[in-house]
Amino acid sequence: MTVATRKPAAFDAPGAAAPARPAAHPLPVRIMHWLGAAAILCMILSGWQIYNASPLLPFEFPSWMTLGGWLAGGIAWHLAGLWLLLLDGLLYLIYGFASGHFRRDFLPLDPRLVLRDLGRALTGRLAHRLGHYNAVQRLLYAGVLVVVVFTVLTGLSIWKPVQFAWLTDFFGGYDRARVLHFSAMCLIVAFLAVHLILVAIFPRTLLAMIAGLRRQDEAEEKP
Amino acid sequence: MKPSRPAAPRLADLRPELKRIERRLFLRGGLSLGALALLSGCDLSTDSGIDRALWAMLRFNDRVQAALFDPNRLAPSYPASAITRPFRFNAYYPEWQVRMVDADAWRLEVGGLVADKKPWSLADLRQLPQEAQITRHVCVEGWSQIGQWSGVPLHVFLRKIGADLRAKYVAFRCFDDYSSSIDMASALHPQTILALDFEEKPLDPPWGAPLRLRIPTKLGFKNPKYLAAISVTNDYPGGYWENQGYNWYSGL
Repeated sequence: MTVATRKPAAFDAPGAAAPARPAAHPLPVRIMHWLGAAAILCMILSGWQIYNASPLLPFEFPSWMTLGGWLAGGIAWHLAGLWLLLLDGLLYLIYGFASGHFRRDFLPLDPRLVLRDLGRALTGRLAHRLGHYNAVQRLLYAGVLVVVVFTVLTGLSIWKPVQFAWLTDFFGGYDRARVLHFSAMCLIVAFLAVHLILVAIFPRTLLAMIAGLRRQDEAEEKP
Repeated sequence: MKPSRPAAPRLADLRPELKRIERRLFLRGGLSLGALALLSGCDLSTDSGIDRALWAMLRFNDRVQAALFDPNRLAPSYPASAITRPFRFNAYYPEWQVRMVDADAWRLEVGGLVADKKPWSLADLRQLPQEAQITRHVCVEGWSQIGQWSGVPLHVFLRKIGADLRAKYVAFRCFDDYSSSIDMASALHPQTILALDFEEKPLDPPWGAPLRLRIPTKLGFKNPKYLAAISVTNDYPGGYWENQGYNWYSGL
């Protein structure tokens, strides 16, 4: 009776007796991921427009890469995207702590495991299981979350250097806060580059973030 | 012997379907990048739904900023050693186009919801109490510089002319065809001054001679130079840059 008792390979057939495994990414995470992605893309592209009005470094972003058309438009997009980012970010932080998502999926953050998994990833020996983060992913996802919070705070400190003067002082004054805000954007863009390259290498992760799919557990066939 | 139920599908059988779905998703991603390119044309100058939404968000941001504004919080002050030199000229035209007036003939007109509409000469303004400040001028473009200004606190002037302090706006018209307006709460802030002096000398033409508004709780473009008229009103007055899409409140 091997046919009848064989476990499904990667998908639960409709009506299968085996209990359905949970989605690789719960629905709230998927919704907040895509709203956050839209908000951050809007903030980066309109931020480049604002940067071009008074560049910190001897280069400007090509206008086709910016949002808003001119400085006033860039500011309008930046101040609009800000609310989507704040709303989505706060909901995600509340959800992440309350549901155990952060504790379960981001911890432990062990530097030795990060080095081990990084070595495995670079030598092509790291298996990718949907719904499970390896140590490098844990570090990057938790890290970019901290960087986004830092970017919002440095941004507030240069938007409101009088009302939030204590925050501007904390970041070392208006000019330094501006440099920090720009640097934090660079870190987010660097994260996005790595993130998108890995999604291109493992396209099923994109499918999982849209459709959910099923979480893959330890003993399964690795696609 | 026949199976008791249909065998579960094998992953290998699903691969072609998965590939098709993946391809479709990548196509969709490409389409949203195309949509983004269309969005980049939204710059507040059209009547499109997105531009209207951006304007609505700007008005929402005005209300949020008014709520964040603390009338008792002073903008940070700096020592004289922190003053930026040379000080940068800025206007909607280059410096060689700066217009000059005869200081003796110049008068500040007063209008709107005020009791006394008598025009003011520079000598009249010098008779009023004066306040000095060394504060940071923050440009909407991102750069900033520290300067020293002194002049008549606007709240003193508004009371002197019997302005309706419950009105919503104070509007400024300039003889270089610039204009701007601020909310009454910011107008009454102790550091909001009608500046007569820059670095302890009467304003030079590049800095707005003979009279400018200095308001360190707002961005630079809300500090109109070359003042010609002040009016108090409940009708939204807008301004040169504000009407083109720069955020009206622009509080710091």
